[in-house]
This record gives sequence, structure tokens and C-alpha cells, in this order.
Amino acid sequence: MKPLTQIHSRTAVLAHENIDTDRIIPARFLTTTQRSGLGRALFHDWRYRADGSPDPDFALNRPAAAGCEILVGGRNFGCGSSREHAPWALLDYGFRAVLSSEIADIFRGNALKNGLLAVVLSEAEHRWLLEHPGIELTIDVAGGFIELPDGGRFTFELEPFARHCLLSGVDQLGFLLQHAADITRFEEARKAA
Amino acid sequence: MSARTLLDKIWDAHLVRAETAATPAMLYIDLHLVHEVTSPQAFTELRERGLKVRRPERTLATFDHSTPTLPPDANGRRPYATAEAESQVAQLEANAREFGVELQGWGSAHRGIVHVIGPELGATQPGMTIVCGDSHTSTHGAFGALAFGIGTTEVGHVLATQCLLQRKPKSLAITVSGKPGTGVTAKDLILHIIGTIGVNGGTGHVIEYRGPAIEALSMEERMTVCNMSIEAGARAGLIAPDATTFAYLKGRPRAPQGAAWDAAVAAWRTLKSDADARFDREVRIDASQIRPSVTYGTHPGMVTTLDAPVPAAANAQEKRALEYMRVEAGKPLAGTPVDIVFLGSCTNSRLSDLRAAANLLRGRRVAARVRMLVVPGSEQIKRDAEKEGLHDVFRSAGAEWREAGCSMCLGMNGDIGKPGQLVVSTSNRNFEGRQGPGVRTVLASPLVAAASAIAGCVADPREFLTEAAA
Repeated sequence: MKPLTQIHSRTAVLAHENIDTDRIIPARFLTTTQRSGLGRALFHDWRYRADGSPDPDFALNRPAAAGCEILVGGRNFGCGSSREHAPWALLDYGFRAVLSSEIADIFRGNALKNGLLAVVLSEAEHRWLLEHPGIELTIDVAGGFIELPDGGRFTFELEPFARHCLLSGVDQLGFLLQHAADITRFEEARKAA
Repeated sequence: MSARTLLDKIWDAHLVRAETAATPAMLYIDLHLVHEVTSPQAFTELRERGLKVRRPERTLATFDHSTPTLPPDANGRRPYATAEAESQVAQLEANAREFGVELQGWGSAHRGIVHVIGPELGATQPGMTIVCGDSHTSTHGAFGALAFGIGTTEVGHVLATQCLLQRKPKSLAITVSGKPGTGVTAKDLILHIIGTIGVNGGTGHVIEYRGPAIEALSMEERMTVCNMSIEAGARAGLIAPDATTFAYLKGRPRAPQGAAWDAAVAAWRTLKSDADARFDREVRIDASQIRPSVTYGTHPGMVTTLDAPVPAAANAQEKRALEYMRVEAGKPLAGTPVDIVFLGSCTNSRLSDLRAAANLLRGRRVAARVRMLVVPGSEQIKRDAEKEGLHDVFRSAGAEWREAGCSMCLGMNGDIGKPGQLVVSTSNRNFEGRQGPGVRTVLASPLVAAASAIAGCVADPREFLTEAAA
């Protein structure tokens, strides 16, 4: 994983509430045994019409959304299935951050473990972002703030260990493996009990 | 020690390292369930890093999501939806062999939906921590186990270290009192709860279901309730183990035997929230007020009763949901024509679910315009149901009797509807396109599903139950 310190991008907005992980990537694309190449399936049934052509009305298909790395999603983003294919698809498509007023627990954990910044903002801040699609933002991971074009800031909290991993580009497995002795001790204490 | 909740007790007993401001807790995992969809990338990671599965004996694999529910042909070929689905299953077979993990695969008497076979084998036990790369792992909380879904990266963590890094969730007590009326099942109860607290009502929390109406439930009913905790945003649901739990587990293949059984039960009896334990939140539900319920929208919180008019859309999202569902506010959902009835999934595919539906269907026919799929949760359930002749009841009624698997719950294996079709489904998610692009899903109990199959439209089972009684 590459360190993630700052993101500077315009936003794409999908205002729908409760965007579930089936919506992010439908189940029929989950038969893969790889992590890569899932961007093509991202929001598939929104992006494409029944005949396979892109739906010009879908927000991400509009020219203004091209190259956006920040997705602002409606409340309760990422609910539903635990499929990690959802953050893999978002990353592969080119997103590096998801902002919402509420993000489902499993999706949020999965996203952060893959270097996709998942940030929860206040309802007022979230509403403002929903109402201003395409705005330029700078997200500072270490500082825990989002800078607006006028210099205003939205601050956000991030679980400290997840932030540490994002900033240094390390994964959590390394930390767990470092504590193998603790695990053995736990297992032996239990056996003795 | 101060009063503790059941969550506190299980949490404390599994701390390899306590959490600090800088790092989450390291939580030991007693049972890791593995299936074909969310594990291949994790095994690849282990292989690339030269790691082994730390505790193969605490790991149990099966395949259920990508598997066909039609039997093999004369040459033994299984009718997979795609070559990729077939190779995903083969990949799990290869990974299980390579890493020494027990697999309930083809030919095993215990293959089935991962959340059905864990309890069935007695692998799921009170006080355990249980994880799986699947959000419906919450099902196992019915046994008083802390059980939750994880992503594939975490599947790798557990395979390699038997541990997970977790911040402790908050606790939410849902106390259910009152006696449910005729035709009101555990499914109606959990749909009512989700409709009450909302699809994000449990976010960040573990729900403990308690109270006399919960204690009165069978284990299969408790599993239905805990299963859909995730649909309220909670990662886990918990029910304190009691005599019902112990009676269910006794004698199952992986349950403790002999003196070990007595010791286990003695320990399990302590697994309940202390009388004066404090929860972060509390909700009370009166089961006597619940009527047979269904969803009418595109998330599991859009719940109504069969006899009530569909509520008016409260916002643009709900308006869109009603349009997608082609449902009119102000009119009851009952009477809406049905194309497919799906009886199955980790929510409602157990023997008692099949019996409940079969009791309504016995001597009746599935309406001519309706296709009904009955998909038992496991090979074991399939055998047990066939021993009782339930397959004959379903087949005589015109329903299809299939092989065990997740099937149409998420439609990964090709069991899907056509655009615009309406499915009355005993599964857990009614998201847009979940059962196929453009397919409309109405979540319901096995009783509502069977009644709707007979009537050819969304129907109240109480009419049929009254007839049966008379």
C-alpha cells in the first residue's frame, strides 16, 4: 500500500441514501478470485443501461465527473454485504476517498484497510457537499481536515491506528504478526485454564 | 468487578491485547468460517507472504454462494452459471487442501450455507468469537456467541494470526415482551424491529435481544432474528444462551461430549448480562402489536404490515423506491401480483421454515403464474426434509425442490428473476437489483411466502391458517 497523506480533487456526488454494496458492485461480479480490475463493474447497474450503453444521466458518466478522486455519497453509504470488492472497485475506478454523514461499519473498515479514505462528516457539512458537486477539495489525512476553495475547513476524526496505517502505507497484518508471542501466550493460558 | 453485559464478558475473555488510544484491541477468534467468494484473495496473500493458517482446527470452510442449485447432469457435471464461478469453487477446494483447512465440499453430508452448517454441526457455541467474510455471520449470535462479518483483508488476518484488530462496539439492548399473534413469526419480529430502529439504527453497536418474547423463541427462530441484525446496521446480534440453546447443541458432531459437555454448560450458564449491567442504548418492543410484515421498498427498513396501506414517500429516495417497486402509497401491498416465490437463504431455510411453508402448501397448488423455488439451507436439511416428505409436498404443489445454497438471496449462481418481476422472498435484502437487474423484492416470512405462492399475489397467511384450523 502506498502512503496516503493528501488528496486534492473535485468531488463527484451520489446523493442517494443507503447506497448498499450490491449497488456499488453487483453480486454477479464477485466470482473473481482477484482484487484487481473491478472498476469496470463499479455501480454497474446504474452506469449502464440494459443494452450495455453508458447511461448519460448517471452522475459518474457526466464529463464533469471524469477524474474525480473524491466521492460524496448519501447517508449510510456502504450498507449491506461485507464484500471487500466494493472498496476494491471504487479504488480501481480511481476514487481515493468517500465522504458521507454516515458510513456502514464493515465497509468503512474494509475501505481504510485498502487505502480508501472513508470519512464521516457532520450532517450540515455533508449537506453542503451534496449541494456543491464538483467542488475542489484538499483532504489532509494527518491534519484530519478537508480544505474548501475559500480556505474554510471541515475537520474529521479517524481511528488513530487506521490513520497511522494510511499515512505510513503499512497494513495491519504486519502489526498482528509482530505480536505473535502475545497470541501464543493467550492460547497457552487458555489451555491451562 | 462492575456489572457487565454479555458483550463485555465475551469481549474481555478474548483480549490478546487490550485497546489503547493508539491501537485497537487484539481479539482472539475461536471459529473462522470460510466460503468461496470472500476468501481466495486472502489465501493468495498468505501464499505471497509465505504464511500458514495458524489454527486450521478453528477454521471451517464450505461453498454456498456460487454453487448451482440444480443437480449434476448424467455425466456428473454441475450446471455452474459461469466458468468463473466453477473455478472459484475449485480454488477453495485447492486452498483448503494446500492450507490444511477442513472443507465441507461436494460429497460432504454437511455442505450448505455457511451460517446454517456452523450451528448444525455444533461448531457454533456460546461464548465464542466467530467471524466469516460474510455480513450474515451475525446469525451465530443466536447462541450467545459474538459473531460478525469481516472483509477479505481481515479474513487474511484471522487465517494468519487467529486475531483481529477491533475497537469495542457499543451495546444496544432490544427487549421484546408480549405474545405474538397467529401467523406472526420471528421474521415478522425482526422486520418490525428494523422498521422501528431503521437500517442504520444499529450502526456501531452490537444488539442484545432479550426479554420473554426472545426467550420463548426456538433456536431456529433466534437465528432468523440475529441474522438480520446487519440489516439494522449492527454488525452483531446476541441472545444469551439458555436451556433452549443447550438442548439444540447437545449431541451435535462438534459439540463437547461427556464430562466436557457438563463443564461447558456450566460455563455457558454464566453468559448473560448482569442484572444491573448498563447498555449504551435501549429499545423496547411489544410483540403482541406485531402483525405479518413485508418490505415494500428497496431497503429492509421500508417495512409495513400486510393489511396496512403502504406509507407515503417521506423523501425523494423513498419516492424513487416506490417507483422502482411499482408500489402505490395508500394501498395495501396485499393483492400485488407475484412472479416468483423464493423460500431459502441463511435467514429462513431451516427445517422449521420448510415445515411452516409446507403446512400451508399441503394439498394446495402454487398459482399458475407463479414460479416457486425451495432451496434448503444445507444437505442435512435437505435430507431431513425429504425424510418427512416435505419435498413431495412442495413438488406436488408445483414448486421446484433444489440443492442447498444461497441461491436467489443474492443471485450469484444464476438463480435470478427477470427485469420487472416481483419476488416474494424469505431472504434478507431487498436492494435494487439484488435478485437480478430490475427485479423487485418483497421480504417476507416463510408463511407469507407460501400464502403468496398459493394466492398468486402478496397474501396474508392468516386466511390460510384459519382455514387449516377449521
